[in-house]
Amino acid sequence: MINEQDIFQALASVSDPEVPVLSILDLGIVRQVSVHENEVVITITPTYSGCPAMDVIAMNIRMVLLSKGLRSIRIENQLSPAWTTDWMSDDGKKKLKDYGIAPPIRKANQDLGLFEEDAVPCPKCGSKNTEMTSAFGATACKSLYRCKDCLEPFEHFKCH
Amino acid sequence: MATVQIDNTTFQLLHFTLQWADNALINGHRLSEWCGHGPVLEQDIALSNIALDHIGQARSLYQYAASICNNFDSEIRQQLFASTALNQKISKGELIDEDDLAYLRDAWDFRNTLLVEQPNSDWAFTVARSFYFDTFNFFWLSSLQSSSDSVIAAIAEKSLKEVNYHLRWSSEWIIRLGDGTMESHQRIQDALNDRWSFTGELFQPTEADIAMLSMGVGVDLSRIKQQWLDRIHAVLNEATLIMPTSVWMQEGGKQTRHSEHLGYLLAEMQFMQRAYPNMQW
Repeated sequence: MINEQDIFQALASVSDPEVPVLSILDLGIVRQVSVHENEVVITITPTYSGCPAMDVIAMNIRMVLLSKGLRSIRIENQLSPAWTTDWMSDDGKKKLKDYGIAPPIRKANQDLGLFEEDAVPCPKCGSKNTEMTSAFGATACKSLYRCKDCLEPFEHFKCH
Repeated sequence: MATVQIDNTTFQLLHFTLQWADNALINGHRLSEWCGHGPVLEQDIALSNIALDHIGQARSLYQYAASICNNFDSEIRQQLFASTALNQKISKGELIDEDDLAYLRDAWDFRNTLLVEQPNSDWAFTVARSFYFDTFNFFWLSSLQSSSDSVIAAIAEKSLKEVNYHLRWSSEWIIRLGDGTMESHQRIQDALNDRWSFTGELFQPTEADIAMLSMGVGVDLSRIKQQWLDRIHAVLNEATLIMPTSVWMQEGGKQTRHSEHLGYLLAEMQFMQRAYPNMQW
């Protein structure tokens, strides 16, 4: 009989389709796994309300669990408490940086004032002499930065 | 004559949820019209991101609204809307979902405010509309986080984190344009003055607003009106702009009476589902 630990192990192979270096466990979107006699229930929480990756993630969870021989799988969406980058694993942050995306650098509950921006170190050269070029990037979870020392543009996973 | 009694509270909850959902969808759709037309790439991407947040929020809200509709007795379900395409589905006994509410309702079943359906016009007009609406949305959601309805509170909590970015974006643009060149200053002031007459309706309570407030579900609109005025004033002050003077305020959208712009917007947004029912891609 499959147990919760086996399921978590299987979920570690499901990646975020938009940031494939992160698993859904690294991202912190799996809130609960419960195994019942005839059914497995996975509770996930969306990163952003309009994130198109969420439907793909739910489908991939189903595919992986089906391949483990499970037949009755329910995926529940939970909105509250709202997802935060505070739930991202340290391992996940390291993987992001190695991939070239600057990870979130602070707790998400401090709001920035107008025209304020996070001083994000460049993931390529480590310089803190960087500037934000846009608070919005190719996906809802990222903003755009530029390093003023090595001159490389890079993405920052927003503190959310 | 035997009539079926509609549970008035649930009926008002449905209208309340649709008012909010329709604001999110229509505002999101309007902003998405900038996709591929932004003045610079970063701003094009910014507006597409913001549009997606609104449409995502609308999806959660329509899912809730659809579940409320589906819980009514079938006889009542057939009387909830005045849209032929949606009623055809309901009269077959089918359950409805978020897509049906977005794509199968006609303009006279939409409850969004007139403000969000106004055309993008130029950059200043888009920024002015967003600034008024984002500021409203920020206080609206802040208040709804403590709603006694747990689904509404959860959607508000989730959405507020995203609306923080929207409000920063539009406030910064107000300041950048207002405190920019003579040309940008004049054009944003004109846009703010022009759009002002659509802001009164945001705080005009409907029957649904009043019913939901009395149950601890909704928002005290007179309280957030003051917060809204204070915030608008502070940002305009920093932007060296002046508060528009009081004018006669437009209203009707929340009561399903819309400007001509909504019809054109829906014609484009709903075309595929109307022309090819149930199509998927």
